[in-house]
Amino acid sequence: MNKYSERLYNGVIKENPTLVLMLGMCPTLAVTTRAFNGLGMGLTTLVVLMLSNFMISVLRNIISDKIRIPAYIVVIASLVTILQMLLQAYIPALNDSLGIYIPLIVVNCIILGRAESYASKNPPLLSMMDGVGMGLGFTIALTIIGAFREILGNGTIFGLSQITIFNFSISFPKGYEPMSIFVLAPGAFFVLALLTAFQNKMQLPSATNKKGKDCTSGCANCNSQKGGK
Amino acid sequence: MKELLVILIAGALVNNVVLSQFLGICPFLGVSRKLETAAGMGGAVVFVITIASALASAIYTFILTPFHLQYLQTIVFILVIAALVQFVELFLKKYSQGLYKALGVYLPLITTNCAVLGVAIINVNKNYGFIKSVVNGFGTAVGFTIALIIMAGIRERIEYNDITKSFQGSPIVLITAGLMAIAFFGFAGLL
Repeated sequence: MNKYSERLYNGVIKENPTLVLMLGMCPTLAVTTRAFNGLGMGLTTLVVLMLSNFMISVLRNIISDKIRIPAYIVVIASLVTILQMLLQAYIPALNDSLGIYIPLIVVNCIILGRAESYASKNPPLLSMMDGVGMGLGFTIALTIIGAFREILGNGTIFGLSQITIFNFSISFPKGYEPMSIFVLAPGAFFVLALLTAFQNKMQLPSATNKKGKDCTSGCANCNSQKGGK
Repeated sequence: MKELLVILIAGALVNNVVLSQFLGICPFLGVSRKLETAAGMGGAVVFVITIASALASAIYTFILTPFHLQYLQTIVFILVIAALVQFVELFLKKYSQGLYKALGVYLPLITTNCAVLGVAIINVNKNYGFIKSVVNGFGTAVGFTIALIIMAGIRERIEYNDITKSFQGSPIVLITAGLMAIAFFGFAGLL
């Protein structure tokens, strides 16, 4: 495995930002009411993460160490603003359903975390791949959580109530009554609770059990712990 | 006056920032281990969010709008918030040692709290004027503090309970948060 594909593997599997590091919980809980929203949020974050890692890595020798955090925030906020305007122009439906959570990508700890712990120390292309890997890991996790909540809470997946693959169609049984609590706010907490309990049970590495580091005491702490990787 | 009261109650209870809008989950899960620290964090958040929403609203109305620079709101707001947190910390350190000792540790953590930026953007999206923005900011922060303190109280009790092994730690906290979110649905009938 070369070092570029190693970055992808690291982001998607080994250090998956949502499932293993437990970062960026706000968007994870808020936008996963539908699989499509999860996918949209994931891809938006992926683009920001890829470009911000690239930009910061290019500028890493110019930015002075003392003012690096504000400088990173300005780069990230500019990228998010550009992306928000593009979404408003070309995918207004997604823009409406994600709403306030698009500008809030700025404070997503995954992005500042990767800038601080990876992009500020590594060359541009490698940093970009790191951003793509982390973004893909985030997208996959969000889409899965979104699909899970949509199936349980709404009886559909990606807005479809039956899936047709070639001549084969799968649909929900007639008596299937969706539990609408799962697309409402409490459902987000319950799904995440079940997910972390499952990880505990299976002893999978995660920030929530002893195998991973404890990251729940705030993003800033966690990122500084992860620094140097 | 009645309108302001509605905004205050809506911000604090009906649209609770943590339990129905999922902003500020990090400190909500991280700083809710002890009642004392939760109260300290809550105080710091009320302080910062109220000032931040006043400042953000003033900048938006008097600088960004006249120059047609509304699209810069995200960049300007996040910088203002980061600077404000630093400034508040320095100011308290110099002029109010007591308050600094009570809130000091929690102040740097607030920059990463997405509720602060979230409230500033919500105020702009809803076209709130200066006073309404401040009231909404204060209400939201009080809502955050209420949720945080209730959670800390429950967690202190959970400590001594016998929980299934795989649910120990964050799963049981998230289940508790979910049940609290259901309870907060009850406030929807208030307005």
